[in-house]
Amino acid sequence: MERPDLTPWPIVIPLFGALFAFLLPKRASIVALVTQLALAVGVAGLAGQILRSGPTRHSIGGWGAPLGIDLRADGLSVAMLAMTALVASISFFHARASFSPRRRSVWPLWLLLITGLNALYLSGDIFNIYVSFEIIGLAAVALAVSVPKGAALRAGLRYLFVGLLGSFAYLLGVVLLYSGFGTLELASLAATVTQAPVVWVSASVVTAGLCLKTALVPLHSWLPTAHAEAPAPVSALLSALVIKASYYVLLRFHFELWPPAVREASATLLGGLGAAAVLWGSWCALRAARIKMLIAYSTVAQVGYLFLVFPLAADGERTAWGAAVILVLAHALSKSAMFLAAGTILDARGHDRIAELGGLGRQFPVTAFAIGLAGVSLMGLPPSGGFMAKWMLLQASLSRGAWGWTVILAVGGLLAAGYVFRIVSLFFQGGETPNTEGTGTPRCQWPAMLLATLAIGLGFLGTLVLRFLEIAVPA
Amino acid sequence: MTAGLFHALVGAALFGIGLHGFVVYPHVVRKVLALNVLGSGIFLIAIASAWDPEGGATDPVPQAMVLTGLVVAVSATAFALALACRMAETTGRTALEDDGTA
Repeated sequence: MERPDLTPWPIVIPLFGALFAFLLPKRASIVALVTQLALAVGVAGLAGQILRSGPTRHSIGGWGAPLGIDLRADGLSVAMLAMTALVASISFFHARASFSPRRRSVWPLWLLLITGLNALYLSGDIFNIYVSFEIIGLAAVALAVSVPKGAALRAGLRYLFVGLLGSFAYLLGVVLLYSGFGTLELASLAATVTQAPVVWVSASVVTAGLCLKTALVPLHSWLPTAHAEAPAPVSALLSALVIKASYYVLLRFHFELWPPAVREASATLLGGLGAAAVLWGSWCALRAARIKMLIAYSTVAQVGYLFLVFPLAADGERTAWGAAVILVLAHALSKSAMFLAAGTILDARGHDRIAELGGLGRQFPVTAFAIGLAGVSLMGLPPSGGFMAKWMLLQASLSRGAWGWTVILAVGGLLAAGYVFRIVSLFFQGGETPNTEGTGTPRCQWPAMLLATLAIGLGFLGTLVLRFLEIAVPA
Repeated sequence: MTAGLFHALVGAALFGIGLHGFVVYPHVVRKVLALNVLGSGIFLIAIASAWDPEGGATDPVPQAMVLTGLVVAVSATAFALALACRMAETTGRTALEDDGTA
């Protein structure tokens, strides 16, 4: 019997889950749980399929490109799917414990966000990517304002506007590419694209739009408040997963689509902005007054590292490229662990102002450990996933004799150590009487712990992940 | 100047006007309107590119893109306005000026 093609399932499962969660509001969280389990099975099946038979291509409804929409799955996209399924399903347990049962509208949105992300990673069509961006954007904003307080609403509205502006810029680029080359399919565009003026304009607007969505300095000012004001499990998804979607599209466009001249011109610019992001984000994290703001600024800094890959992999060098993907995975795991841990503290103490938190260690032993482990990965200490990624970036920069990037990598690591120790030290200060704004007792400490452990474990599994990317990426 | 080029230039101008309005004005409704102007500019460029003067026919793909884009723009506008109403009720403010607090 021929095995069925599993490519569309990571989109179909959460989409139907979202519909059922919407139709059965009283059982929405059960539906969400079942959906996430089914999705994990589906993604594992798809990973097995591409390991066996290489990258897949699936024409929806039998209508092939150029008329229909093609889905495609290769190592990179399945790695992103696996990251999404893993982080979302572990964060789900924290969300279920911390959201009040009355907030049933959260679950359809939660699943819709996953649908959008999966659709984006499987899309082989640049207009389909635009549609996925809008699904992600609307679901993410609706989740961010699911506890509608004043500050969250302002941050959410700004987040929505920025997301829309970024998508429109991307859409303009898509329209220009279509007018120039008459196709929307990524693979056939890559084969036909030439160094025409329309490509330069398109590359500029697409890159600007995607950088805005990924919050690359200087387009980052929306991120800290949007991520810090959202409820903690939502912050975890926004920081770990949503910004990676636009980064993924940038990787695809940069390494598969743009002609070499465009690639060279943009690589140095993106790398320079990435370096600025590492320094500025870390500096702001060192000065942040609240734990969640600190973690959000740390995301700005870590996004900077992701952009260092563009100059370091300029001549198609695979080390730096693989490092970027490992760093995406490591950051997703450690950052979601950090935000969930911050959520536990926030729930118990009723606030997250660093100056007024103390004596956390005795009260939150597991959370303390989770933050420590996640911090190890963020700083890039061995044996974590973050270490492996930064080590590979370092190797790439040394082998090219690019000393400037080496210095940035080293300084960024030191600054990260500084801001991580600002949180860690809270657990070793004694004395402070717990105030009574919050519930007083820590809840749901284990999801953060699990994610942090996985971030460390990625350091051991990294070579496997690299081989997975290597096998499946089409030449 | 061909009609297609003229429309594309007008579209680019609308995009610029929308972007300017979006960046400069802090009022929420102004930002929503500016995004819509900006979007219309993109749609105009797409529609202008659909006409093929040699074949004497229009290409349906850009039209399909514009239709999808319109649906997105309408729903995003509705969502933004609903959020803006909620924000005005909760905080009494209707502008997103940069005061460092979000």
